[in-house]
Amino acid sequence: MTPQHLIILPVLLPLLCGAVLVPLTQARHRFKFALSYASVLAQLFIACILMAQADGGAWPGGIGVYLAANWAAPFGIALVADRLSALMLLLTAVLALAALHFAMQRWSRIGVHFHPLFQFLLMGINGAFLTHDLFNLFVFFEVMLAASYGLVLHGYNADRLRASMHYIAVNLVAALMFLLGTALIYATTGTLNMADLALRIGAMAPDDVQLLKVGVAVLALAFLVKGAMWPLGFWLPTTYAAASPPVAAMLVLMTKVGAYVMLRLWLLLFGDENGAAGGFGYDALVWGGMATIVFGAAGMLSTDSAGRMAGYSATVSSGTLLAVIGYGQPSLVTAGLYYLVGSTLAVAAFLLLIELIDRIRTPGAAILALTMEAWAVEDTPDEPRGKGVPAAMAFLSLAFAGCALMIAGLPPLSGFVAKFGMFHALLNPEAGSGTIGPTGWTLMALVIVSGLISMISMLRYGVRTFWAAEMVTPPKLQLSEVAPVSALLLLSVAMTVQARPLFDYLGRASADLHDPAQYARRVLTEPAVPGPASAPEAP
Amino acid sequence: MEAVLSLAIGTVFGAGIWLLLRPRSFQVLAGLMLMSYAVNLFIFVMGRVWLDRAPFTPPGTVPDPSVLADPLPQALVLTAIVIGFATTALYLVVMIGTRGITGTDHVDGEEPQA
Repeated sequence: MTPQHLIILPVLLPLLCGAVLVPLTQARHRFKFALSYASVLAQLFIACILMAQADGGAWPGGIGVYLAANWAAPFGIALVADRLSALMLLLTAVLALAALHFAMQRWSRIGVHFHPLFQFLLMGINGAFLTHDLFNLFVFFEVMLAASYGLVLHGYNADRLRASMHYIAVNLVAALMFLLGTALIYATTGTLNMADLALRIGAMAPDDVQLLKVGVAVLALAFLVKGAMWPLGFWLPTTYAAASPPVAAMLVLMTKVGAYVMLRLWLLLFGDENGAAGGFGYDALVWGGMATIVFGAAGMLSTDSAGRMAGYSATVSSGTLLAVIGYGQPSLVTAGLYYLVGSTLAVAAFLLLIELIDRIRTPGAAILALTMEAWAVEDTPDEPRGKGVPAAMAFLSLAFAGCALMIAGLPPLSGFVAKFGMFHALLNPEAGSGTIGPTGWTLMALVIVSGLISMISMLRYGVRTFWAAEMVTPPKLQLSEVAPVSALLLLSVAMTVQARPLFDYLGRASADLHDPAQYARRVLTEPAVPGPASAPEAP
Repeated sequence: MEAVLSLAIGTVFGAGIWLLLRPRSFQVLAGLMLMSYAVNLFIFVMGRVWLDRAPFTPPGTVPDPSVLADPLPQALVLTAIVIGFATTALYLVVMIGTRGITGTDHVDGEEPQA
């Protein structure tokens, strides 16, 4: 197998695995779990290889192109793996592994079809990171969304149903916007291949450019709903708080898919070299992103439910990313990517942790434990079995402190490094642009204030939970639930220790992104593989 | 022809938006369906309005772009119809589930306080 085929494996593998899992009944849940787990491990492995190939010079320019069905670029669908998409694939696989491991004892067993839906979700996310065709992107978005509708409903209760009603309706409308935008882009340019689009956009008549801008703006609405930009993100906290923890952890990643597509599309289409279209929409992204930060921070202060707090902190991080993209400075994008990885890990770890913490906060659980002790009842037989964890309270409070430090961006964890990197980039504008303007100062102030607000609300929650609880019953924790949370937190520590090589890698990824001409050339000149049938025809 | 088509698409889409903003879930569903019809028509028209042109070449003839309709929007619209149909059906299932569990068809899952 040539290395090129590796690029399509992150899509094919979960698709096949999910299809195999559908007909298996829940009675064989151990086998289903093992299969699902193996598939995620394989995806992790593939993502590592792709990353090594993108960065190791296996492909010219670090960009690998896979032509689906062997049609050359503007006509067929091209899948493209570069440094950024390889990194996102790796992040997806890591989060999926953590979420799946967490779901092992309990969540994957409280309803049917958790595993197939989980695999289809991964297929959609991986596809969205790899595809290079706008309509194909729509298809992968729908695969991802359809699976997420099912997963949000997993473990079916009134809260989840209510949240799903809103979540599905909002996303169906967003999908319609996606289609409208795609149709307008096709009508003005006659292509849906992103590389082809980037090349044509420079040579368009001003009238057509206007219509194209309308099309891309309508299209962007779909991604911004995903990325929860204010005022399109009101669905997010309710949905996150209602979804079961492993699913909510995957939802965190789905907001980042929106930001990823915005980053890729905007740098490709509206770079400075694209004539009349250059610079379109950057201001809207910066100010919209900052409004999102304000909304998210206000939300964090106003709620005392941990699930909603996590949702609002995801909103803040999404807003920061959008503002970073809109600011339009390559070195800032590098720091923004580091922030993307770090904040995704932090919020996902926090969402998994909340469920464990809730076991000491639920008054009902404490009473139930007392009753069970009084009646000398053994543990209920259907309670998940596994290794118990000693010093559960110590683990919970330490893990909570770790999450709080990362989300608020305090030293010594990765959140601080990310914010420091962003400030450094903001304070040292690239040569030529001179000094930092009012937009830069506002962004910096908002990032600092939102960090402070996160700290305040996390502290408030922590004090109420760990110090002021009237009667604390150390909760029962399973090793399989503690391990993924610890792993995500340790990964963040590793990101801090290895910040230098990671920043170097992200710098190269950001440089790739800011060179759309090279990118387009690479995609459009990829030759189709001559097959046995076409070989004799060649003169 | 263009004017009639754009008026029709606009009317259907507008009716869809109005229904989408209603408080009952079935109205929302009907609104979503109307909007998706309008969007499908819109994609179709984006390949320009042609009359009596086939989107493919008969076998044995030389392809001539000037007598052909653009086949791509037609392919896109087919995909969009299938996906829209599936997701709308899924929404219908969730709607029925909510109606059964909460006992109301309000989109918030509870009747507003009078």
